[in-house]
Amino acid sequence: MTPFTYARAADPDDALRLAARDGTAYLGGGTNLVDLMRETIAQPARLVDVSGLPGAIEETDEGGLLIGAAVRNSALAEHRLVRTRYPVLGRALLAGASAQIRNMATVGGNLLQRTRCAYFYDSDGSRCNKRAPGSGCDAVAGFNRNHAILGASPACVATHPSDMCVALAALDATVQLQSAQGARTLPFAELHRLPGEHPERDTMLAPGELITAIALPPLPAAARSTYRKVRDRASYAFALVSVAAVIELDGDRIADVRIAFGGVAHKPWRAARAEALLRGGPATPAAIRAAAAAEFADAAPLRDNGFKVELATRTLVATLGDLVGATA
Amino acid sequence: MSISINGALAELPQDPRVSLLDFLREDLHLAGTKKGCNQGACGACTVLVDGERILSCLALAVQYDGRAVTTIEGLAEGGVLHPLQQAFIEHDGFQCGYCTPGQICSAIGMATEARRGAASHVTADLTAAVTLSREELQERMSGNLCRCGAHNGIIDAIGEMVAAELAA
Repeated sequence: MTPFTYARAADPDDALRLAARDGTAYLGGGTNLVDLMRETIAQPARLVDVSGLPGAIEETDEGGLLIGAAVRNSALAEHRLVRTRYPVLGRALLAGASAQIRNMATVGGNLLQRTRCAYFYDSDGSRCNKRAPGSGCDAVAGFNRNHAILGASPACVATHPSDMCVALAALDATVQLQSAQGARTLPFAELHRLPGEHPERDTMLAPGELITAIALPPLPAAARSTYRKVRDRASYAFALVSVAAVIELDGDRIADVRIAFGGVAHKPWRAARAEALLRGGPATPAAIRAAAAAEFADAAPLRDNGFKVELATRTLVATLGDLVGATA
Repeated sequence: MSISINGALAELPQDPRVSLLDFLREDLHLAGTKKGCNQGACGACTVLVDGERILSCLALAVQYDGRAVTTIEGLAEGGVLHPLQQAFIEHDGFQCGYCTPGQICSAIGMATEARRGAASHVTADLTAAVTLSREELQERMSGNLCRCGAHNGIIDAIGEMVAAELAA
């Protein structure tokens, strides 16, 4: 690990002040960053520990939730209002990592997880534009079973690893940020970016900008939601594909639906095309399959990951089918 | 800066690069906590911090200033094994024993989580009371790998502990 200095921030202003110099990284639970530092993929000169910043889980006046960035993943999954009102988020959290890691990992840090592309991690032997911009991508023509089928670029075919973020994408969450320039709020869909020519940039955060909270808008009382993850083993593995879905029915018609896919792109993939096709129509397997076909019309599978198109389609059919079949 | 390890105060390392795992093993010579993958994939380094299970390999020791850590060395009382340690022996919950300290610390943390009602990935109803079926125990312990394949004995041992708790 490259030497660094460590400082613990007492509050967001303190964190911004401590992070004013170049080469600073914020430290949450460390479950990804410490590993990246050990592999010398991340080499910050200074860590500012924001894992102890104040911030709880509070119900907002509108009936939504405000989640402090330092809240642990396990605490969020256990929260009564997450379990009762936002099962899609609770299930996504519980599908991620292991209990030990969920106890450590912060919500803010979860948003800033980096890809688990094996070529990104292989700093000794592989080319990776995300790790070393301009060096090339060994995943494009390599073992790319786990890689992206949507929104990739010749420079990068990595996927975003988070489960929680897929749920937040479907929930129309917003992210509250603070920097020396002041506070701002970003729609969740605009936090992460597609790789394009700059896969070294995962998000739209400015240097030194701090995530302070995530806000969830209220869900209609009739909304049903869930998260389904498909992986190579039953537990403790990253997603091949996953689906976060929120649906409201009006009789046997879909009044509203929100869908996000994980494991298919460089960011959680909000399926706007599929949603538009499904709204107002029947929630039949045929209709859901047609909506998925439209969403994946532009899919560009690589040598090893063509199966993801059909897998994601079937997972969507099964997930919405479960929600429609559920009695509550 | 100090940290409590099994009830005894220790000075934290000066170098912030030192993981809690290396601090325990190399500085304090508490070698019960094991280094398996050193990248958060195997669970061998699991310890309890203020009663919560975490991976000490991904924890920078400095980040745990003022916290109370319990390792496998801190479980027996007065020379009497913790009931779960005894159950691991009785159920053949290990062969080589390398994953065992992490399994045992993890299971104790798991029981605490279940006691306060935490759900898991396989829980059918997120709002219902917790029932620790075998499937639930397997899912909740999935962060601890055993390369010998003693998982059935491990789950048997943990099942005995949680059953005894429910009966108590």
